[in-house]
Amino acid sequence: MNINMTLIGQTIAFAIFVWFCIKYVWPPISNALHERQRKIAEGLDAASRASRDLELAEAQASELLSESKQQASEILEQANKRSAQMIEEAREQARQEGERIVANAKAEIDQEINRAKDSLREQVSRLAIQGAEQVLGSAIDEKQHTKLVNDLANEL
Amino acid sequence: MAGSNLTTTEYIQHHLQNLTFGLHPDNGWSIAKTAVEAKEMGFWAIHLDTMGWSIAMGVLFIWLFRKVGKVATTGVPGKLQCAIEMVFEFVENTVRGTFSHKNSLVGPMALTLFVWIFLMNLLKLVPVDIGPMLFAKLGVDYMKIVPTTDPNGTLGMALGVFILILYYSIKVKGPGGFAKELSFTPFNHWSLIPFNLVMEIIGLLVKPVSLGLRLFGNMFAGEVIFILIALLPFWVSWTLNVPWAIFHILIITLQAYIFMVLAVVYLNSAHEQH
Repeated sequence: MNINMTLIGQTIAFAIFVWFCIKYVWPPISNALHERQRKIAEGLDAASRASRDLELAEAQASELLSESKQQASEILEQANKRSAQMIEEAREQARQEGERIVANAKAEIDQEINRAKDSLREQVSRLAIQGAEQVLGSAIDEKQHTKLVNDLANEL
Repeated sequence: MAGSNLTTTEYIQHHLQNLTFGLHPDNGWSIAKTAVEAKEMGFWAIHLDTMGWSIAMGVLFIWLFRKVGKVATTGVPGKLQCAIEMVFEFVENTVRGTFSHKNSLVGPMALTLFVWIFLMNLLKLVPVDIGPMLFAKLGVDYMKIVPTTDPNGTLGMALGVFILILYYSIKVKGPGGFAKELSFTPFNHWSLIPFNLVMEIIGLLVKPVSLGLRLFGNMFAGEVIFILIALLPFWVSWTLNVPWAIFHILIITLQAYIFMVLAVVYLNSAHEQH
């Protein structure tokens, strides 16, 4: 247990090891540790940000969903209204068409009746004239009596 | 157990003797054959075992940490990397809590001191007879494998710390500032300068001495007790040996930690401006 040069030797060894540590040991470990710390902090940050984003997106989605539901019901309502309207319109049109057809038919019938009346009148007038000719026994001047006969026919 | 041809005293003395290489007045540069020869060598001698084992432990420390440092990634660390990083963070946090100035030397110094001293102390858990026995087979007479049970080893490191204290005291405060601090504390009066000087210089010198002797004292006492336990009959020695060794797992860590923290505290006060 003598104090001797070992003392100096140990001091030199200490200096060398500290120097080695400063130069080759401390920096890489320190860098790696701090870099990892930074990365983990960033990761945690990103995770919390992502969860916040998710919450936001969920809220947005539910909002959109309710909005679209409302829109759908609106559209449905509109369509219903529209279809009712269309049915109403079609009904109206059909009624009008029917009326028109009926009116046409009536007009045609009237025409037909008139025509029949006319031809009847004509035949009657001719018969009357023939009858009269036979009754009178002589020919009636057709030209002379046409006016008379026509008036008679018109009265029928 | 003691060899059959050794008395108890001789056994203890043998186990506490370093392997000394030095300048003997009669034999010249040689390895001391006896404790007396080693003593006669005086200052010009070197303890080969202390130096060898401490350098081996230092190299182990540098190699281990360098290996991890080289492959240290920012990704998921392996088991060894985790362990090394745990030690690293422990030291870094201690330094950050104790040292309040900016100095890129203190962290690595603290790490070196802590791990190196821990590894050297760890050699103490090797049974006391194994070192001397193995080396006796190789023809080496003495082998004290724990460098921290040699006051040269602990005081050598303390001397390194002391040099750093002086260096930073002068660098931070300037030679004048340092001298002023020594002269005017604790009593700020010119007539008390000599008194202050004596107080402060003693205080300054006590730092490395206490640092080195604390570690040495603890380790040496533990070693002596291990040797004493080893003198007991083999069937009883383990009942004391095992608890003492388990207790020393705590001691060796604690002493390494204390040495590191005190070195950092001393350096912190060296940076302090008054």
